[in-house]
Amino acid sequence: MIIAEKKPIEEIIDEVKDFHRILILGCNECVTVCEAGGKKEVEVLASALRMYFINQGDEKVIDERTLERQCDHEYLEEIRSNIDDYDAIVSLACGVGVQFAAEKYLTMPLIPGVNTVCLGANEDRGLWTERCQACGSCVLARTGGICPVSRCAKRVLNGPCGGSTNGKCEISKDVDCAWQLIVDRLKALGKMDDYEKVAPIKDWSTDRAGGPRTVTREDVKI
Amino acid sequence: MRLKIPANFRIIRVPCTGKVDVIHILRAFEKGADGVYVVGCMEGDCHYNEGNFRARKRVEQAAKILDKVGVGGERVKMFNLSSGEGPLFAQYSIEMNNKIMELGPSPIRLAKQDKKNAA
Repeated sequence: MIIAEKKPIEEIIDEVKDFHRILILGCNECVTVCEAGGKKEVEVLASALRMYFINQGDEKVIDERTLERQCDHEYLEEIRSNIDDYDAIVSLACGVGVQFAAEKYLTMPLIPGVNTVCLGANEDRGLWTERCQACGSCVLARTGGICPVSRCAKRVLNGPCGGSTNGKCEISKDVDCAWQLIVDRLKALGKMDDYEKVAPIKDWSTDRAGGPRTVTREDVKI
Repeated sequence: MRLKIPANFRIIRVPCTGKVDVIHILRAFEKGADGVYVVGCMEGDCHYNEGNFRARKRVEQAAKILDKVGVGGERVKMFNLSSGEGPLFAQYSIEMNNKIMELGPSPIRLAKQDKKNAA
């Protein structure tokens, strides 16, 4: 899922201080699961902002709403009927949701309430780690299911590099060497023959290098 | 056991302190509470294993937020005791009451009062 992190409340206060009627808009998907922008976080942020502004003698209208998703037209349309009640929206969705809402409501200032971090997994309670960089051409089949693009600092496709020591990456002793993990897994799978095959040059045009990406599916278009 | 405890707080019963969320604490302050204390079972004695540890974390989160919005994180505190320790509950209540008395009314309550008086 998409992993996001709550923005510091001071930053949000600074962005919204000049608006009077504010909607805090959460998203029920990824940001709910990573506890950054779901219904609970909307409630907490709204309550904190209300208290801050009451304390400053500048009471504002701060409402709360959480949509099923902010990256789909139909859910974002749900707020159209009362969008004029607000001067600004603080969206706690990932960068996709914030932008999609901004595109839809042209004259409404949209303020992001979270920092979108990566595509990752919930490794442990309170720990989310990156697993995918959406490079657009997956190599997991031949790397034992471990991604050298997202988990190797150098994105080395024929690794490991010389910086791998005792299974750790040279950038930090806390970072696993992706290629060590790949070799371990290939051994466990009995597929070390695959390791000997030199990976061809990767087509990076499907990554960001080729500009913003789109997926068009004629078969599902109506 | 007829123990004297301050009469100026309201007890809200929850099945386990693990039920207490950050928003519950914040709402109490938003409504004008001067302080909130959460009283859970002894650490390691939770019937649900982690309920009181969760509560402690949430109290810490609430304190951080209260500091940032100018209410003051010292107004919220977590205590632990066993269900058989009535005198300790009384002692914690007095301790919390004295602390809040020392801190004075919550700025939110004062701001709300000012607004009411102005209107």
